[in-house]
Amino acid sequence: MVEPRIIIVGAGPAGTRAAEACVQAGIRPIVLDEGRRDGGQIYRRQPDNFTRPYAKLYGSEAGRAQALHETFDGLKGKIDYRPEALVWNIAGGQVWTASQTYQDALPYDALLLCTGATDRLMPVKGWQFAGSYSLGGAQVGLKSQAVSIGHKVVFMGSGPLLYLVACQYVEAGAQVVAVLDTAPYSARIKALPDLLAVPSVLWNGVALTMKLKRAGVAVYNGIKPLEINGNAAEGVSGIRFRTGAGVEQQIACDAVAMGHHLRPETQLADLARCAFTFDPVTRQWLPERDGDGRSSVAGTYLAGDGAKILGARSAEASGRLGALAALADLGLPVDKGEMASLRGDVGTYAKFARGLAKAFPWPSEQASQLPDDALLCRCEGVTAGDLRAVMRETGAQEANRAKAFSRVGMGRCQGRYCGLAAAELIAAEADIPVEQVGRLRGQAPVKPLTIAIGDDQ
Amino acid sequence: MSGASDVIIVGGGLMGSSAALFLRGHGLSVTLLETDLIGRQASGTNFGNVRRQGRPIHQLPLANRAIAIWRQSRELLGADVEYLQSGHIRVCYRERPELVGSMEEYAANARAEGLELELLSGNALRDQFPFFGPDVLAGSYSATDGHANPRLAAPAFARAAARLGAVIHENTKIVDAQKVGEDFIVTAADGRTFRAPILLITAGAWGNALSSQFGEPVPIVPKGPNMSVTEPIPYSILPAVGVMTPLEEETVYFRQVARGNIVLGGSTRGPSFPDQYRAYVEPQNTLSQLKHIRRLAPQLGKLNIIRVWSGIEGYMPDSQPVMGPSATTSGLYYAFGFSGSGFQIGPGVGETMAEIIAKGATDIPIQPYRIERFATPS
Repeated sequence: MVEPRIIIVGAGPAGTRAAEACVQAGIRPIVLDEGRRDGGQIYRRQPDNFTRPYAKLYGSEAGRAQALHETFDGLKGKIDYRPEALVWNIAGGQVWTASQTYQDALPYDALLLCTGATDRLMPVKGWQFAGSYSLGGAQVGLKSQAVSIGHKVVFMGSGPLLYLVACQYVEAGAQVVAVLDTAPYSARIKALPDLLAVPSVLWNGVALTMKLKRAGVAVYNGIKPLEINGNAAEGVSGIRFRTGAGVEQQIACDAVAMGHHLRPETQLADLARCAFTFDPVTRQWLPERDGDGRSSVAGTYLAGDGAKILGARSAEASGRLGALAALADLGLPVDKGEMASLRGDVGTYAKFARGLAKAFPWPSEQASQLPDDALLCRCEGVTAGDLRAVMRETGAQEANRAKAFSRVGMGRCQGRYCGLAAAELIAAEADIPVEQVGRLRGQAPVKPLTIAIGDDQ
Repeated sequence: MSGASDVIIVGGGLMGSSAALFLRGHGLSVTLLETDLIGRQASGTNFGNVRRQGRPIHQLPLANRAIAIWRQSRELLGADVEYLQSGHIRVCYRERPELVGSMEEYAANARAEGLELELLSGNALRDQFPFFGPDVLAGSYSATDGHANPRLAAPAFARAAARLGAVIHENTKIVDAQKVGEDFIVTAADGRTFRAPILLITAGAWGNALSSQFGEPVPIVPKGPNMSVTEPIPYSILPAVGVMTPLEEETVYFRQVARGNIVLGGSTRGPSFPDQYRAYVEPQNTLSQLKHIRRLAPQLGKLNIIRVWSGIEGYMPDSQPVMGPSATTSGLYYAFGFSGSGFQIGPGVGETMAEIIAKGATDIPIQPYRIERFATPS
C-alpha cells in the first residue's frame, strides 16, 4: 500500500500532537508552519541563541511547553517539516505554499488544519496610533525577542490573555500602568460553575490577578474604553476610559495592548470549502466539525483553536484526536478507546471555554457606540462614520455587501481584525441579529503574497 | 400578480440597471428583477476598464455613447463610482513585432470613429511610464480612456433608477418567462409573478436559460475573471495598462486606484458555476497572472497581492454580445453575453436598449450582435 499523504498545517500544540500521532502510526506527515520555529503562539520558542529558561518564558505552563517542544524535537527526521511556509490557498486537492518566492503545490489524502488563533479586537478611537498592539502582539515581542512594546504600558480588553500578558510584562520588569478590563467582576462569579470544569486553569487565572495586585498594578473592572490619546507623529500618549462606576479617567502611557480573548483563524477552512455555522455563545462563525474534528469536507480535519477557542490544553487533545480520526478514515488501525477518552477531554475544555465566554463577554455594544470619527478598518482607513454613511446611502446590511461598498475588511488582513466589530456595528445600525449580517468570505491569499512568487523556479 | 409595468428587466447587472434608469427617462414604468443583489457577478467583479481602444471598430459608436455617460456619471447618478479618465495603454512585446502594424491600422480606423490613439515606441513609453519592462516593444496610448470601480457602478445605476421610480426586486430568481397574449408573464422561484408587454433579458451568463424559453438558445459559456489586488502604494500609475497578444495566458492588465492599490487582471480565466452561483480563482491562474505581470512591469514584483477574486461571466463563441430584439417574439429584447468586455459599454448598452424599446430604433450599429446569428437552420 502506498503511504497516505497527510498534511498538517500549523506546528503549535494541535499540530505537534497531530504529527506525533501520525508518526506513531508509521506515517511521515508534511508539517507546514508559518513560524521560524515550532511551538505556535502560546508556546512560541525563542530564537536559537536565546537562553531564557522555560519557567521564565511560560510561567505555570512551563512543563507543558517543554514537553511539547521536546516532542516536536523528537519528531524531526520522522516528519517532513517545512517552517516559514505560508499556506496561501487550498484548492483542487492541493495545499499551495509560499516560502519567500518559492512556491509549491502539495496534494494530500488527509489535511489537518491546526491554524491557531489571533486576538479578537474591538476598535477604540485612536487604535491606529503607533504604540497600539494586540495582546498577542505584545506577547510575541516579549517571548520572542524579550522586548516590551513601550515604557509605560496599559493592558485593555478582557479575557484570560489580558491578565496573562500583563503578568508576563510585570515579571519581565516592564512598567505596567494599569489593566483595564471591560468585563464586570460579577460576570466572573456567574461563570464559576463552568470555569470549575478545569480547576487548575481557573486557579492559574486567580493567581495572575493576585500577582498583579501584589505588584501594585491598578486593575479596573467593567470599564468602557473611550479613546486612545495620541497623534500620527508621536503615537500613543494615553488612554481615556469610563470606570465601572461611571467616572471618566485618563491615564498617561506610551503603549496599549488590547484584545478580547481570541478568534479562530478560519480562512484556510473557508478556502477548503468547509461549511460554517454561527456560534451564539462567542458570536462568531465557526467551521462545522464532528466530535473528532471531521469538517464538512471529506478528508479535511480541524483541530485546536483554529476551529474553536478551547485553549492550548484542549488543542493538544483535539490535535491528536483529529489525526486519529484521519488515520481511521484512511483505514489504519487506531485505538478507539483512546479516541473516546480524548473526546471526553475536549468536552471538559468546551465547558471551561463556555465559562470564559461568560466571564469575559465580548462587548459587542461598543462597536455600535464607536464615534463616527473612529477608525474601524485600519488597513483601508474606513471610519465607523464611513460605514454608517454607506449603509444609509446603499442600504447594505450584509457583511460582504458592506465591504464591497465601503472597503471595510477589504485590506491586507481581510477583516481578520475588524470584521467581527464591523459585523456588530452593521447589526446594531440595521437593527438585525449579527448572524443575519453574515460573515466575510475568505479569499486567497490568506496573508499577503509576493508578486515575485515563483520567480526563481 | 405581484406587479405590472411597461417593461420587465430580468438581470440586475450594469446592463439591466442602466437600462432601467434610461427607460425611466423615456417615461416607461420599469420592474427590475435580480436573482441575488444588484451587480454582484460580472458587473461587480470585472477589472473596471473604461476602455474603448481594442474594441471592434463596429463597437466604437456604442463605446462613444457610453463614455459620454461615464463622464457625467457623478451628476447622473448622484454617486461617485470612482471614474478616472486617466488614459489607457495597450502594449505588445518584442517577439511580436507584427502587432505594431495591427496597432497602426487600428489607430487609423479608430480615428475615423472619433477615438484618438498615439503610438509610442518602447523607449518613449518607458521615458513617460518607467514601470514598463524591457520586453515591451511599443504601445498605443488613449488619453481619453480610463477606469472606474465595478463594485460601485451597477448599484449606483440601480439606486438612481429607483429614485426615478423604477421598482427593483433583489433576491428574486426568475424560473419561467412566457408570452401570454400581449403580455409577458415572468414567474419567480417563490411563485410571485410579474407582467409587462415588454421584456428585456440582461441576465449575463444566465441569459441562455431565458432565451431558450423563447426558442432562441445560444452557446454561452460561463467563465470567471482572474483578478488580484495589491496592497496600497502612493498613487503614481495613472493609465490602465494591458497587453495585446494572441495568447490568453499573456493577456494581463493592471490599473492603480486613487487609494493606491493596484488591481491586476487577466491571464487564464477560471471556471464559474451559474447554477451554484459560485466562481473560483484557480491558484495556478493566480501564479500565471503574476508571472506575466512581472514581465510587463518588473517593478511590481516588489509588491504583495492581498486578495484575489472572480465572478460569473457569460462568454459567446465570437466574443460579441447578444444585443437587440428577439427574432421569435415581439416585445422581447436581449442584452447579455458580453464576454468579459461589457463594463465600459454597459451604460451605453442601457441607453441604447432603452432607446430601441421606447422609440423602436437606434442609430447605434447593433447588427453584429443579433441573436439570429446562433439560430440553427431548420
